[in-house]
Amino acid sequence: MTETREDTPPEEKGPSAGQRFWQELTTGNIMVTLLSVVLALVIGAVLVAISDPRVQDAAGYFFARPGDLFSATWSSVGDAYAALFTGSLIDVSEYTVGRALRPFGETLTNATPLIAAGLAVAIAFRAGLFNIGAEGQIILGAIFAGYAGFAFDLPIIVHVTAAVVAGIVGGAIWAGIVGVLKAKTGAHEVIVTIMLNNIAAFLLAYLLGTVAFQRPGRQDPISPFVDESAQLPRLVESTRVHAGFLLAILAAAIIWWLLSRSTLGFRLRAVGNNPNAAHTAGMSVAGTYVVVFVLAGMLAGLAGASLALGTERHLNTGISGGLGFDAITVALLGRANPWGTVAAGILFGALRAGGVTMQARTGTPIDLVLVVQALIVLFIAAPPLIRAIFRIRVRAKEPVATASKGWES
Amino acid sequence: MSTARVLTRSWRTPITLTVLGAVALVVFGLLAPPGEHSTFGVSTGGDLVQFEPLALPSRLVGILLGIACLALAGWSFTLVARGRRVPIWLSITFGVAFVLAFLTWSVAGAQISLPALLQGALALSVPLIFGALCGLVCERSGVINIAIEGQLLGGAFLSGVVASLTTSVWAGLVAAPLAGLLVAYLLAVFTVRYYVNQIIVGVVLNVLVIGLTSFMFGRLLSPNPETWNSPGRFLSMKIPILGDIPVIGPVLFDQTVIVYIMYVTVAVLYVALFRSRWGLRVRAVGEHPEAADTAGIQVNAVRFRNVLIGGAVAGLGGAYFTLGLSGLFSREMTAGQGFIALAAMILGRWNPIGAVFAALLFGFVNNLQSVLGIIGTPIPSEFMLMAPYVVTIIAVAGLVGRVRPPAASGQPYIKT
Repeated sequence: MTETREDTPPEEKGPSAGQRFWQELTTGNIMVTLLSVVLALVIGAVLVAISDPRVQDAAGYFFARPGDLFSATWSSVGDAYAALFTGSLIDVSEYTVGRALRPFGETLTNATPLIAAGLAVAIAFRAGLFNIGAEGQIILGAIFAGYAGFAFDLPIIVHVTAAVVAGIVGGAIWAGIVGVLKAKTGAHEVIVTIMLNNIAAFLLAYLLGTVAFQRPGRQDPISPFVDESAQLPRLVESTRVHAGFLLAILAAAIIWWLLSRSTLGFRLRAVGNNPNAAHTAGMSVAGTYVVVFVLAGMLAGLAGASLALGTERHLNTGISGGLGFDAITVALLGRANPWGTVAAGILFGALRAGGVTMQARTGTPIDLVLVVQALIVLFIAAPPLIRAIFRIRVRAKEPVATASKGWES
Repeated sequence: MSTARVLTRSWRTPITLTVLGAVALVVFGLLAPPGEHSTFGVSTGGDLVQFEPLALPSRLVGILLGIACLALAGWSFTLVARGRRVPIWLSITFGVAFVLAFLTWSVAGAQISLPALLQGALALSVPLIFGALCGLVCERSGVINIAIEGQLLGGAFLSGVVASLTTSVWAGLVAAPLAGLLVAYLLAVFTVRYYVNQIIVGVVLNVLVIGLTSFMFGRLLSPNPETWNSPGRFLSMKIPILGDIPVIGPVLFDQTVIVYIMYVTVAVLYVALFRSRWGLRVRAVGEHPEAADTAGIQVNAVRFRNVLIGGAVAGLGGAYFTLGLSGLFSREMTAGQGFIALAAMILGRWNPIGAVFAALLFGFVNNLQSVLGIIGTPIPSEFMLMAPYVVTIIAVAGLVGRVRPPAASGQPYIKT
C-alpha cells in the first residue's frame, strides 16, 4: 500500500500475506475437519430447536412434562435435518430413480459455481494472496458470458464455447486489475477486491437497465434468456446438472496439475511460501501476482459463466448472491487444495440444495446453512479450539508463528 | 501518525489532482451550458430567519471551482518539489471544491434544498462513521477488522429485538453495543488468542452474523412482527440555540440521540488516541509491538481490549439502522455499509477526523445520488454509488496521497 521504488518488488519485508496460512491449513488433520462439521451441525441443531415455537412452548411446562421438551426438540431438529438430507442427496419417497436422484442433481448444480470460485480463492491462497473478490469476478464472468449468450447468433457448439470463454475473460479482466495494481503500486489485494465486488454489483445493476441488456417488454432488471445454442447442456434429464459441472472438475484437474507439476505452479508456491526467497532466486514476484490473479479471475469467471449459461440461463441482479463469499469458505474447508476444494464445494452445494428443501418443508430458514458453513470454517481455522473442545491429543507442533500477516505484506 | 519524510518524491498525487482539476474545469465549467442557474434552498420551514434560495450561475461557478481545484493541484506540485508531503487538509479542500463543482453542474436548471441534502447525507454517514471508528480502533492496535459489517448488523439486530421486547428504544440502544461486543469477542479470541488469520476470521464472522440474523429474522421476527420486530424509533431532539443556526443548525443539531452520541465518540476517540497515555500505548502496539512489549505494555491484552471497544462502537452504529432510520429490522439491512466504513477508515488514513470526513463524503455522494434521481441526473445513479469504492481504490493505489496503515496491522504478536 505504500510507495515502492522502481527496482524492487512491493514485498520486501517478511513472508507474504496468505503466507504459511495455507500451510497451517494443509497440515491440519482430517479428524479436525470431521469434528468441525459435526460440531457445526450440532450448534445448528441447537439453533433450530431454541427458535422453534413448539419447543419454546414445551420448555414452558418443562417441569410438568419434561418428555414433551425432548420429543419436541427431537422432532423439530429431526424434521429439519431429514429435509436437509432429502433435499441434497436422495428422495426415497419418489418412485422413479430419476426423480429420486433429483436432489443430488441439485447438489451438483449448486456445487458447480462453488467449486470453480472456490478454486479461484484457493489458488490465490497458495500464492499467499487473499482473493476476497470472487464475488465481483463471478459477476463480470456472468455479464460477459450472458451477453455473448443472448446478443450474438452463432452455430451450436461455437456459441457455447465462445460464451464460456467470454465469461472466463470477463473474470480474468476484473481480477487482473487487482493483480496489476498490487504488482505496480502495492495496493493491498483485500481492499481492492472488496471495492471491486461492490463496483461489479453496481455495474451489473446499471447494465440491466440499459437497452442492450434488458429483456424486451420487462421493466425490472432482468436480461433476455441466453440462446439455446449458448446454453450449457443438461447432463441428466429431470435434473438441472449441466456441463458446467464437468468444466469445474476439469478446472480442478488443471489447477492440480498446474500447482503440483508445472514450473508456474512451483513459482507460485515459492512466492506464497516466501516472496523474499523467491525474489532472491530470480523469480518475478510482481509478475507472479498478476498471473495468479488472472488465473483466479478465469476460474471465478467460469463460475459466472456456469451460472449465466447453465443454471439461471439469464442475468439478474442477484445472479451471484454471495457465492463469492461462500467460495472463500469452500476454499478454506478444502484447505486450498484443488481436490479438497471439489469435495468442499460438493458438501456446501449439498447444504445449499438441502437448505431449499428444508425451508420449503419445515419452514426452517435456509440461512441456517450460512451459519453452519461459517461455523465449520471457524472451527477448522482454529485447530487448538477444536482440540480443546474434544480433548484430542495431537503431536506437539510449532506454534502457528506464521498464522497471519496484514495489509503491509 | 508518521511525520517521516518520504524518501523518494512521489508525483502521483499532484498529477492525479491536476487531472481531476482539469476534468472539473472542462466538464463542470467550460462545457456546461451557459445561462443556466443552479438554485439552492437555504432555509427550512421552521427556521426563525428565512433566507431566499441562492441562485448561482452554473457555468461561472463551475469554472471558478475548477480553477480553484487546479490552483490546489499546482500548490501540491510546489510542495512535492520542495520535498514535502501533500497535507491531508489540501486533499480535503480539493475534494470539497470538486464535489461542489459537480453539485453545481448537476443541479443546473433545477433547485434543491441544501439543508435537506446535507441532512440526508449526515443520516447516511452515521453508520459509516461508527464503523470507520471501530475499524481504526482495532487497526491502531494491530488487528484488521473486516467484520465491521457483521458488527453493524449484529447491533442493528439486537437493538431492534431488545427494543421490541422491552418496548423501550433506550434498552435497545444499550443492547446494540453488546451485540457488537459479542462479535468482536469472537474476532479477538480467534485472532489474538489463537493467532488465526485476521482477514479470514473477519470474512467468516460476517457470513456467520448474516446467517444468524437472517435465520432469526425468518424464524421469529418475520412471523411475529408485533412481538419481535416493532422497536420504534428515536425522535429528533433539537438542541435549543444551536439548532436555530441557518443551514447547519437543522443539519447538525436537530438529530436523534444516536447522532449526538456519535459526536461525543468521535471527539473522545480523537483525544484518547492522540492525547492520552492509553492512545500512546495503543499506537505503540500497532506500530511496533516488540518495542511496546519491551516497555512493559501487554501487547495482546491491549489488542484484545481494543477489538472489544471497536466492536461496541460498531454495534452502536448498527442501532442507527433500526432505531434511527427505519424503525424495524430487515434481513441484511446493513447492505455492505461495513465495507464502505472500511473504505472510509482507509481514506481517512486511520485518523478519526479523516475517517469522519471520508464517511461524510461517501454519505453525501450516496444521498446526492438519490436526490438527483428525483430531479433528473446527468449521470446514472449506479455510477455515483460506485464512486466511494473507486475513490478508495485510487487512494490505496497511491494515486492520491499516501495511505499508510499502522505498521504491525494484521500481524499477530507471539511473545518468544
